[in-house]
Amino acid sequence: MKRTTFYNIHKNLGAKIVEFAGFEMPIQYSSIIAEHKAVRNSVGVFDVSHMGEVFVKGEKALDFVQYITVNDASKLFPGRVQYSAMCYEDGGIVDDLLVYKIADNEFMLVINASNIDKDFAWMQKNNKFGVELKNLSDNYSLLAVQGPNSLKVLQKLTDTEINLEYYHFTKLNFAGVDMIFSRTGYTGELGYELYFTGNEKVAEEVWNKIFDAGKEFGIKPIGLGARDTLRLEMGFCLYGNDIDQTTNPLEAGLGWITKLSKPGFIGKDVLLKVKEKGLDRKLVPLTSDEKTFPRHGYDITVNNEKVGFITSGTVSPILDKPIALGYVDIKYAEIDSEVNFLIRGKEIPAKVVKLPFVKR
Amino acid sequence: MNIPQNLKYTKEHEWILIEGSTGTIGITDYAQGELGDVVFVDIDPALTEITKGDSIGTIEAVKTVSDIFAPCSGKVIELNEKLKDSPESVNSDPYGAGWMLKVEIANTAELSDLLDAAAYQALIGQ
Repeated sequence: MKRTTFYNIHKNLGAKIVEFAGFEMPIQYSSIIAEHKAVRNSVGVFDVSHMGEVFVKGEKALDFVQYITVNDASKLFPGRVQYSAMCYEDGGIVDDLLVYKIADNEFMLVINASNIDKDFAWMQKNNKFGVELKNLSDNYSLLAVQGPNSLKVLQKLTDTEINLEYYHFTKLNFAGVDMIFSRTGYTGELGYELYFTGNEKVAEEVWNKIFDAGKEFGIKPIGLGARDTLRLEMGFCLYGNDIDQTTNPLEAGLGWITKLSKPGFIGKDVLLKVKEKGLDRKLVPLTSDEKTFPRHGYDITVNNEKVGFITSGTVSPILDKPIALGYVDIKYAEIDSEVNFLIRGKEIPAKVVKLPFVKR
Repeated sequence: MNIPQNLKYTKEHEWILIEGSTGTIGITDYAQGELGDVVFVDIDPALTEITKGDSIGTIEAVKTVSDIFAPCSGKVIELNEKLKDSPESVNSDPYGAGWMLKVEIANTAELSDLLDAAAYQALIGQ
């Protein structure tokens, strides 16, 4: 089992540690609900060092990224980030990822921890452009600092004025460490992600400086439990739950990142056909007024007949009601469609709604 | 870990306080810690009788859902109505405000296989 550079910090904070994607990660420190609210109301810090970082370098780096991802990376300039996905030839999703344009001939691809080996093998297999591919996942620590007070906390630790738009990044000396400093996150809040190398001592120093700076804002460490409820309130997809090799980006609501007008990329031919034919099913946000909560894998029914299934479900700590994502038959995909969650044999009335569940 | 001496326990992490023929039932400190934030205790308000070993209802936590198993058989005397508005009592005070139901114990002989505090402590390895 792998550990991140912050493992001892988590241990000392009394975090509940679980196995996640081969890492020993903190799922919660105090309470998922308290941690969730800290991020919505002030500021919290997530250790997400388990995420993978692959660097793509070479004259044809852009061609490679264009071929292997569905979004249009030609729109990027150094300092710009893009949400994207990699597909198989059949349109199924290999992974969703962030594409960072570091320089004209260099990109950083940030991938899910559970997919690092699979993704890297896929990239190598499809490297017909002779680019240099380096999997530096084990070298990088990654902290996400998220919440309305995140900027106030972080600005204290660098002389450079932090003035980043959403999905932009810069290289910065922060807390004495050179890092990639990115205005991104998985919470829907103002927030930043800090990528840096170095040993445990370097990482712990960065962590401690952030917590000292954040003291006046009641800064809290946030576990994977609240990371999941925060992303679900926004309706962000989680690979392995809402998207995987059996789902395509169009039915997953990721049409906005799938640029079918872009020249040849893996999966394009099938996705064009899917679009032409129309979708059979769609990933939709669902909620209900009952205090019974849909979970991953539960059926969605109409008149006791299965019309779909839940891919992610929980209680929204902000709304105090059930929120879920699930695939439904296309005829129930319209907003306000009435369906049921099938929970322990009982049909619980539910409704298709609009995202995000929690307005920011 | 709080494991009061005056209670009996099940292997499924319920506790029962036995006072004469009345039993008060809840889940243990260990169980609430494993579940995390409890958001709803779902026991049918029409429940009148429970059977030892059967599910009484469910506990919904943020990450998961779990059954509550009856530590004994008996007639339901009272459900803890306050849990509707403050399910978090199960986390903050599992042996007090977090109690779930009171029953009239049908057969005291059934209680003999419940665990005492020491045996329960050994079970959870604390």
